Amino acid sequence: MTTNEIYAVILSLLAAASAGIIGSFALMKKMTLAGDVISHIALPGLGLAFLFKINPIIGGAATLILGTIIIWNLEKETGLATETTIGVIFAASVAIGALITPKEDLIDALFGGFQPISYFGFLVGLGIVALIVIFLFKFKNKLMISLFSPELAAATGINIDRINLYYLLSFSLTVILGLQFLGALLVGALIIVPAAIGRQLARNFETFLIASSAASVLSVTLGIFASFYLSLSLGPTIICIAAILFALSLIRRR
Amino acid sequence: MLEKILTVKNVTVNLSGQTILQNLSLDLEKGTSLAIIGPNGSGKTVFLKTLLGIIPYDGQITWAKGVRIGYVPQKIEADRHLPLNLENLLRAKSEILKLRKSEIYSITETVGLSPKLLKTPIGYLSGGQFQKALIAFALLGKPNVILFDEPTASLDQLTEENIYELMNELHEKQGLTTILVSHDLSVVYRYAHNVLCLNKENLCYGTPEKALNEETLKKLYGAPHKYHQHHHDN
Repeated sequence: MTTNEIYAVILSLLAAASAGIIGSFALMKKMTLAGDVISHIALPGLGLAFLFKINPIIGGAATLILGTIIIWNLEKETGLATETTIGVIFAASVAIGALITPKEDLIDALFGGFQPISYFGFLVGLGIVALIVIFLFKFKNKLMISLFSPELAAATGINIDRINLYYLLSFSLTVILGLQFLGALLVGALIIVPAAIGRQLARNFETFLIASSAASVLSVTLGIFASFYLSLSLGPTIICIAAILFALSLIRRR
Repeated sequence: MLEKILTVKNVTVNLSGQTILQNLSLDLEKGTSLAIIGPNGSGKTVFLKTLLGIIPYDGQITWAKGVRIGYVPQKIEADRHLPLNLENLLRAKSEILKLRKSEIYSITETVGLSPKLLKTPIGYLSGGQFQKALIAFALLGKPNVILFDEPTASLDQLTEENIYELMNELHEKQGLTTILVSHDLSVVYRYAHNVLCLNKENLCYGTPEKALNEETLKKLYGAPHKYHQHHHDN
């Protein structure tokens, strides 16, 4: 294994750990659908990057920021109109992305793949992980109360709008980390499926976060091994393993 | 003359084109207890949320400096199946307010919850236990103002008594100011210094003895009302 491949493995595992925790909050926020839109909206960006031969992650990140702002604004409204709008954005991003991405790159953009990472890319990745960790550490209490009840949060003096924005930005950063090895279509799954496993197993907040994160890291670790030894495509292998772990967690619960 | 803790001046709230509160004004003095009564849909809960700053309004709401508010909602639109327990919630609030950890345990005891319920997922708490948990959450950090939205709606008689006794005690010991929404006129008579009859606008205001008479209540509820009837509108 080359150094650049080791960088890629380390970053994928860190991305997995973040995805588990960010996903736990997404599940509590009931924003699974909105979360999917945020990740899918990266596809047109990836497409443009492939088209103009720039780093795909930069393209993905650019459209992700746009997605974050759209969802943040939509979240302030409620009701059917929001759900519908989210659904339309979701479908449109995939369609536009599929149209502009060069055919030979489409599979990579959708499902990702294992690619070595440069030293610079590795440092940027670590920086992103640090930002997510700082956010989670600093705001987890405020986030938890505002998820439980926005009214109690307001009475406690928490600025819900700001917390929401920070959270969505962390969500997008997590998506950026996972984008390369999972692709726009599957990265959302690494955020949601491990959190669903954590929820099956946990009875309190800390164990929920730990279980989700552990499930995510386990899925990625097993996925990397399985795809390497069985020559399977990485992204889909990881998500299949996560889905199997979810099924097992359902059995254990009974 | 007592110190004012809250001034509400010409407050009007419109929600999706409907006027919910109209031109409401009142002053609240420190350490007093205000009860708000009114039929369903008269804007009681909206008024509390407006005071909390959750709902946009026209007019003026001024809290005195150094006010710390505790809020006990009537019901909570929370997913009770979240993997959260009471300790998670109380600890989160105590960390935000930088309180000592022991306060979590003392507040739990104060509202009459056994310490082992701290570890119980909130979804497994009974209606009454959940209500007490919300009260504990509101009281944590020693607020000097409490907004209670029908705090005892899902409690049995004995627990209800305990909660009102506790409020009384906090009044006397800590000079707590309370704003209480209640459907129960006997509670209003026993625990409130002042009463506000609300039906979009201020229909009566004053001490319960002065403000509440058959005529006002008829105007408020639209039908003759028996004073000591214990009833719940749902």
